[in-house]
Amino acid sequence: MSGAEKITVKVTEVVPLNELVTRFRFERADGGLLPTFSGGAHTVVEMHDGGITRLNPYSLMSDPMDQTAYTISVRRDDEGRGGSLFMHQQVKAGDEMVISFPVNLFSLDLRAKKHLFLAGGIGITPFLAQIKQLQRFNGNWELHYACRSAALGSYADELTDHYPNETHVYYDDEKQTIDLVNLLDGQPLGTHVYVCGPKGMIDWVRKTAAAEGWPREAIHYEEFLAPQPGKPFEVKLAISNKTIEVGENESLLEAMERENVDAPYLCRGGACGQCETRVIDYAGNFIHRDHWLDDAEHAGGEKIMPCVSRFEGKTLVLDR
Amino acid sequence: MTIQFNNESFRDDYSFYNSERAIKRFPFPFHEDSYMYSVNMEQHRGGPVDSVYEMRFDVDEHYVSEMRDRAMVLADDPLRCQSLPHMTLAGWDLLELIMVSKSEDYPDLFELHRDGNKWRWINKPLGIDHSFTFLDEATLPCGPMEYITRQAQGDFAVLDQRDDNLWMDAGMVTTQADWSLDFDIGMNFFEWHAPVPLAHEKGIFVRALKFLMNIQQGAPARRLNWTMTVNPLLDTSPENYHKWGIQKTELTPQNIGAKQHLRVELQTFFRLPRSNALVFPIRCYLCSFQDLMGVPKWGRRLHRVIRDLPEELATYKGFIDNRPMMLDYLKDFDDGLPTSPGIWPELDTEPPLTR
Ligand code: HEM
Ligand code: FES
Repeated sequence: MSGAEKITVKVTEVVPLNELVTRFRFERADGGLLPTFSGGAHTVVEMHDGGITRLNPYSLMSDPMDQTAYTISVRRDDEGRGGSLFMHQQVKAGDEMVISFPVNLFSLDLRAKKHLFLAGGIGITPFLAQIKQLQRFNGNWELHYACRSAALGSYADELTDHYPNETHVYYDDEKQTIDLVNLLDGQPLGTHVYVCGPKGMIDWVRKTAAAEGWPREAIHYEEFLAPQPGKPFEVKLAISNKTIEVGENESLLEAMERENVDAPYLCRGGACGQCETRVIDYAGNFIHRDHWLDDAEHAGGEKIMPCVSRFEGKTLVLDR
Repeated sequence: MTIQFNNESFRDDYSFYNSERAIKRFPFPFHEDSYMYSVNMEQHRGGPVDSVYEMRFDVDEHYVSEMRDRAMVLADDPLRCQSLPHMTLAGWDLLELIMVSKSEDYPDLFELHRDGNKWRWINKPLGIDHSFTFLDEATLPCGPMEYITRQAQGDFAVLDQRDDNLWMDAGMVTTQADWSLDFDIGMNFFEWHAPVPLAHEKGIFVRALKFLMNIQQGAPARRLNWTMTVNPLLDTSPENYHKWGIQKTELTPQNIGAKQHLRVELQTFFRLPRSNALVFPIRCYLCSFQDLMGVPKWGRRLHRVIRDLPEELATYKGFIDNRPMMLDYLKDFDDGLPTSPGIWPELDTEPPLTR
């Protein structure tokens, strides 16, 4: 068995927020209560899109203590492989869907004296749940939220209305930027920093914090990597004794699942390590996109994370 | 199923005993005739009817007496229960997990009535009927972890997960096999496992930690561990070594069958939802050699395992000095016949002792 436990849910609300982002509300199909979760958790949503099954992770943004419903927000990605397009175009209120139990790879460090949240675009969603969790326990937090424009700033108005002192919003089109060095400099001892947004933003925050002398353990980040499309390639699976083709719009993990190879996974976003697979032989180049393996492992050619990474070249033989 | 609770002691006169039923459901830890450390983990999703695997938290005939023993240990040494300030939410998670599990699994013994955050908990064996507000510490007589683990058999380590590691930041530890919460508090997975021989070299802890960090809500896991204890002592702590260590020298060929106990820990692992912490309940089961020998398969196998156990393990588990005497006793229950795979007693199919 691979992945987390499943729950069958009914879509009870589909709310377009702006040009790019739509919110979905899920309730248990059997009318029961959903599991509580911790702020920062995601759920993996199953989509049956023609012949392809997609499993995409989305951060839970609802109140972790509210067991009646989960909500997620999905940003449409016109370039991606179609998971977000499916959610936007196909999913309607009343549909049944299967989602996973909550999994948290971006949890709060509850020792923190203060939580400093840095969000970029749709990266706001995990913080919405974390803020609700902290509000309940009188936690000390502050949010800096960068988005492209007021029109695309999902939840910016609600946050500013509810938490005017804690919320700071920056609009790219008005040339507003987070003054990170000063912001970090002014934090009390025991502050933890959390960043969720595009890869460039995460790298910028991690580098800046490191240069400013922040300990690695105080910087938390989550970037969901949707698997990217790429050139088709062929893989030999040594244990299953199969040669399979990975199509342009599917991941290596999805291709193995299509061929009924039992491949482990959890996050499907390059973060948890569960899908790590040994490379037996290769001639070509890896396109590593995960956060799990370190640079040496990426260069070493002995391991690949099939949920997000791809390959270009002649031969790839995996221990699976 | 109604449980008849024993009135027994785990100290002084050692009136502890196992009923026939308790012997038959004892979690014998060896699935084959030899033993070595391994990443022996499986899902914790029930098991055979009336086995210790059946329920999420097994309640057996020793429940009431074990809770009395825990209260005595805590009265002497309050540091057996500790929770760092950031672990309170995990304590509530644990309280909820145990109350919900026990009330669902043993409805005749435990009841939980919930109306929003107004909860009423009824524990019939211990005579408790308490109403409180969930997540409000002021409505409990002590912290949530202490409150619920004073009513649950076994030790509990509550681990915070951060920086790609697990940290022992809270626990209730009164029935342990020679390790100390007060010493280990705040340590990480590799630090508290440092004294264990051979397993580090085999890469067991690296793989075990990866597995544990990936344990998810709704998908608990379990494993068995074991050691040896002379007299049915629950509290074999380093803090009290001066009291129990010496009892190991009191073993004789005449009393070994009654005094020497196989000590088995059923260890389970649950992800806690609100805190994302991991709880590690360590449930201790004791069975005397003479009771174990009533099961022919276990007699044959225990002799072979103890005989062939690497010296490092017998030393770490603290019975290297008594091993010759144990083997002398056990050899009479090993007639050389083959044993069937698996831990279950197989009383109906396994041949009786032929000597
Ligand atoms: C988070 C959960 C766990 C906790 C809190 C825990 C705690 C401990 C402690 C306190 C000891 C005693 C060390 C000493 O001598 O001071 C121990 C021993 C040991 N642990 Fe763990 N452990 C955990 C999970 C595991 C897992 C998953 C494995 C899997 C292989 C494992 C394997 C062992 C072994 C082999 C020993 C030596 C036991 C013996 O020979 O009696 N532990 N553990
Ligand atoms: S499934 Fe989590 S890293 Fe691939």
